[in-house]
Order: sequence, then structure tokens, then C-alpha cells
Amino acid sequence: MTTLTAEHLVKNYHLRRGLRGGTLRAVDDVSFTLEPGRTVALVGQSGSGKSTIAKLLLQLERPTAGRILIDGEPVQRRGGGLSRYRRTVQMVFQDPFASLNPYHTVEHHLERPIRLHQPKLSRDEVHRRVLHLLERVRLTPTENVAARRPHQLSGGQRQRVAIARALAPGPGVLIADEPVSMLDVSIRLGVLNLLATLQREEDLGVLYITHDLATARHFADEILVMYRGRIVERGDADEVILRPRHEYTKTLAAAAPNPERRLSELRGG
Amino acid sequence: MALTTHAAEPVGGTGGLPAGSAAQRTRRRRLGLPPMTAKLATGLIISGAILLFGLLGPFVVQDPTRVDDIGLTGPSSAHLMGTTQTGQDVLAQLAYATRGSLTIGAIVGVLTLLLSGFFGVVGAYAGGWVDEVFSLFTNIMLVIPGLPLVIVISSYVPDKSLWLVALVLSLTGWAGSARVLRGYTLSLRNRDYVLASRVAGEKRWRILTVEILPNLIPLLASQMVFAVIFAILGEAGLSYLGLGASGSISWGTMLYYAQNGLALRLGAWWWFVPPGLLLALFGAALSLINFSIDEIINPKLRNQTRAARRSWLMSRKQLETAKEATL
Ligand SMILES: Nc1ncnc2c1ncn2[C@@H]1O[C@H](COP(=O)(O)OP(=O)(O)OP(=O)(O)O)[C@@H](O)[C@H]1O
Ligand SMILES: [Mg+2]
Repeated sequence: MTTLTAEHLVKNYHLRRGLRGGTLRAVDDVSFTLEPGRTVALVGQSGSGKSTIAKLLLQLERPTAGRILIDGEPVQRRGGGLSRYRRTVQMVFQDPFASLNPYHTVEHHLERPIRLHQPKLSRDEVHRRVLHLLERVRLTPTENVAARRPHQLSGGQRQRVAIARALAPGPGVLIADEPVSMLDVSIRLGVLNLLATLQREEDLGVLYITHDLATARHFADEILVMYRGRIVERGDADEVILRPRHEYTKTLAAAAPNPERRLSELRGG
Repeated sequence: MALTTHAAEPVGGTGGLPAGSAAQRTRRRRLGLPPMTAKLATGLIISGAILLFGLLGPFVVQDPTRVDDIGLTGPSSAHLMGTTQTGQDVLAQLAYATRGSLTIGAIVGVLTLLLSGFFGVVGAYAGGWVDEVFSLFTNIMLVIPGLPLVIVISSYVPDKSLWLVALVLSLTGWAGSARVLRGYTLSLRNRDYVLASRVAGEKRWRILTVEILPNLIPLLASQMVFAVIFAILGEAGLSYLGLGASGSISWGTMLYYAQNGLALRLGAWWWFVPPGLLLALFGAALSLINFSIDEIINPKLRNQTRAARRSWLMSRKQLETAKEATL
């Protein structure tokens, strides 16, 4: 049961252009709340600052201004507080080919978060949990998969491993940054459905970052539309797609004229 | 759903090869070893043989400094590789020289690895001002010319030990490696899997040693091999100029004495050919090994090799057309 709140988040990047420095405001005054069991979709074009928000929420970057609250308390940036935060807020990265270390086995990837957050578990117990995680993301035979290295898995299988890794500490909030954009169209829906199932089982709060309005509408309760670092439109998923108010959302919706058809396309493939 | 794509996995195309060799190849790759090609095998055999000769030779040959009154004789049963001007056994000298040169190579290789690893990898990983300071220092060391420095040092220190020469060679040689390592580490530290281990809550030092370093091993190995070549050739050059370590025997000092003894003019080929040949062979063998390691670091190179193409049963031309078709 975790609620994660972003309050007036701002992130500036300093760019070095020759001798003069410039500032790029990647995220500009963004606020939202992730609640247990709810999915919030963050849509927007490339470069609009979606991944930057993910990095801020995961404390991989520091916000220039604004706060992140977890269950109403400002997040802690070091020590035991950070460690607890890492247990509660997890992430699935966009590119499953880059987010798994080519040198290590699947078992290593799942075992580390378990060991880090439950140091007292015995070796056998950790191994059993690894196998259980693999089973939950439908990667069987589990023993076989656990011993493999990333290059011996397909893209969809890797992304399942990445999802299992994110679930390993037993988080309350999951941030999925374009989790299927690097995958073949035919397996996207499978991975998204898996995420949705796991979310229901664990009662997770999910931030689903995507380009795809169709899947955003299908899987999310609330949609935030981002444009150049700002949230230009927000609201109930159907509402935003069917009655877009902001110019930018209209163009987005027009670019994907028939979400229903697109979704059935995805299912059919 | 599970593992249905297994059969269609792009595991690097083992088609057309016997199963045993495919399995072996996977095992080699898992251990992070380069695939055993003709190039690598040649390099390993030659350098291995020279290494053995340097390690064991000195135990079986006679005293390399013993002076005899049969100066400058060709190969015979008493002296398999002939004698020098002062009647010393060339084979014995060669064995000790090999040991000397390899010792220099080993010391410099290890020192270069430590220095370039520290200034390149640790600096780049730490980032911020540490990286700034480390890379400034690296750049300064990079432009200090090695040879003049050694000449200056040798004029101040009349009695140079092997260690001093090795130290000077490492100090003037590590900076290039450090820059290469820094560049690669900078790209590794922002890979998603490094970010993912931060999100998992790994400690910084553990990310460096467990997540990043293993992926640097091929590059470290190739830099170290390069450093060994550089050191052995550098030491040979210094010794040939008469600036080497005093009282030691290496391939370079042998060449130096051969040159002083007018071996070339007197036609005493058995005196200068063996050290020159071993020097060239060892350098070539290490380079062959290095090429093979490079192929792991740079997959583009790997796909260019004939062995890779053959395993796909494709000619270079077919490969080009296939590439165009997929782009
Ligand atoms: N480390 C950085 N330094 C400087 N600028 C950055 C940095 N990271 C991101 N940016 C800039 O911030 C802006 C937002 O980037 P971000 O990655 O958040 O976009 P995005 O919405 O995730 O795009 P995409 O859909 O392509 O993933 C971009 O203009 C990008 O160039
Ligand atoms: Mg992004």
C-alpha cells in the first residue's frame, strides 16, 4: 500500500553549447499521484520528458525543484531511507536488450534484489524465490531459464526477466518506461497483459509511459499528456482520448485514428 | 506463451556446424573467452613456446656469461647456436635474454593495467571533479615523451635495475590505455543495466566490480597485451641504444652487443638473428592474440571474419545483400 506523489517537479539540464551554457527544461512543473491498484499513463512525443520523470521518481536524478512524497513523507535520498525507497519503487526499462547485464545469468539478475532487501534468507530460499518469480512471469522451465544469459533469450523473454527483477523486492509502485516499444508487435500485448495481471495481484500503483494512445486507453485509468516538459492535458482515460481538448492531444489522437481497431490489430498479430 | 520463441532464437547462427563444436563455442562464450580461431591458436602456440623457453631454458643451458677462447664460431655440437665474440654460448644467452625480456613485459603489463585501470576506470566511474582531475593528469602523462625522459633518467642514475626500467616504461606507457578505458567506462556506466542495479539498491563499489568490470575484461586484456608488446619492444630499443638496465640480459642487450661486436659485418648471423627473430615472433604472436580479443569487444569485426561467415553458410556478398534487405 504505497502512494507516490510528485509535486511541482522541475528538472533543468545544463547544456554546453560552445562557450555559452544553455539550460533545457526537460520537466516543467509536473504533479501527479500514483495510487495502489491504479494505472496512470504518461503519453507524449519523443523528447517531451517522460523518461526524465521516471528518472526523477527513481532517484536516478535529482529534481531541480519540487518534491516527491511517499505516503505523504518527503523521500529520503540516502542511507536506510533510500534503501527502503528502493524496495518500494521499482522500474521496468524500455530496452530489454540494454537493461540486462550481458555478463550475468538470469538468476543473478533476480537474486541480487532479493538478497539486497532480505539479507537473512538462506541460499536455498533465495533460489526458490527466483524460480517462483520466473514462474510468475511465465518463463518456464524455470531452472533452465534461470541458468541462461540474456543473449540466449528473445526480446519478450528478456522483458519478462526485467519485470520479474522489478517485482523481486516486492514493490508497491512500478514505473514502466515504454516497456513494449522495443518488442515485436506480436508479443506486445502478451507482455502488457502480464503487467496488468501482476498489477492486480500485487495491487501495484503503475506509471505506464508510452507513445501509444491505444494501449494507454486500454490499460490506464488516468492519462497524462505531456508536451515539451509540461502536462498539457490530464483526466480519465476515455475522456482524454474521446474528447481531447488540447491541440497536441488532438493531433496525437488523429495520428492513431481508431484505437479500437489498433487494439484488435495487436490482438490479432 | 512461455519459451515459444525458443526455436527461433537468434543465438548467433550455429547452423551447419556439428553439435559438439556449437556447444563448445557456447561454453567458451559463457566464460568470456574469444572463439578459438586459427589466428588465436597460432598466437597462443608461438607465445606459449617462447614463454616456456624463457621459463625453463635458463635451467638447462650453460652459464651465459662464461667466456671461452673460441670466439665467434658458428653452430656446432658444443655450441648449438654458435658463440659470441668473447666465446659465450649464444643459446645460453638467448634463454636468459628471453627470461629478461619477458620479465620486463610482465612487470610493465601489470603496472600499466593497475595505473590505467585506476586512472581510467575508477575516474570515469566516479565522475565529477575526480574524473576531471584524473583525466587532466592522464592527458599530461600522455604528452610526456617517453624516450627523452628515459635518457634524462639514465644520465642521472648510473646503475639502473630492471625494475627501474620497467617502472619508467610503465609510467610513460599507461596513459594511452587509460584514455581508452575511460571512454569505454563512460559508455558502460550509463547503460541501462547499470541504472537497473542502482534501482535495485546495489552499492556503488559493487556496481563497479560486479556489473561493470566483467564487461571490461576483454578490453583490459587487450590493453595489457598491447602494454606487454610496447614494453618488450621499448626495452629492446633502450638496450640497443645502451640505455637499458645494467647487468641484465634481454633480447635488446643481445642485439646491442652483437652490433658492438660487428656481428653483421663479420657475417655472424647466429648471433643477431635469434634474438631479433624471437622479438619479432613474440610481438606478432601477441598481436594475433590481441586481434582475437578485439573481435569480442567489437562485434562488427567479428561478423567480418571468414569463420563467422562460413558458420552462416554465406558469402560476403550474400551477407551484404542480406544486410541491405533488413535495413
Ligand atoms: N542527461 C541529460 N542531459 C541533457 N539533456 C537531457 C538529458 N537527459 C535528457 N535530456 C533532454 O531532456 C529532454 C527530455 O528527454 P526524455 O528522455 O525525458 O524524453 P522522452 O519523453 O523519454 O523521449 P522518448 O519518448 O524518446 O524516450 C530531451 O530533450 C533530452 O534531450
Ligand atoms: Mg524515454
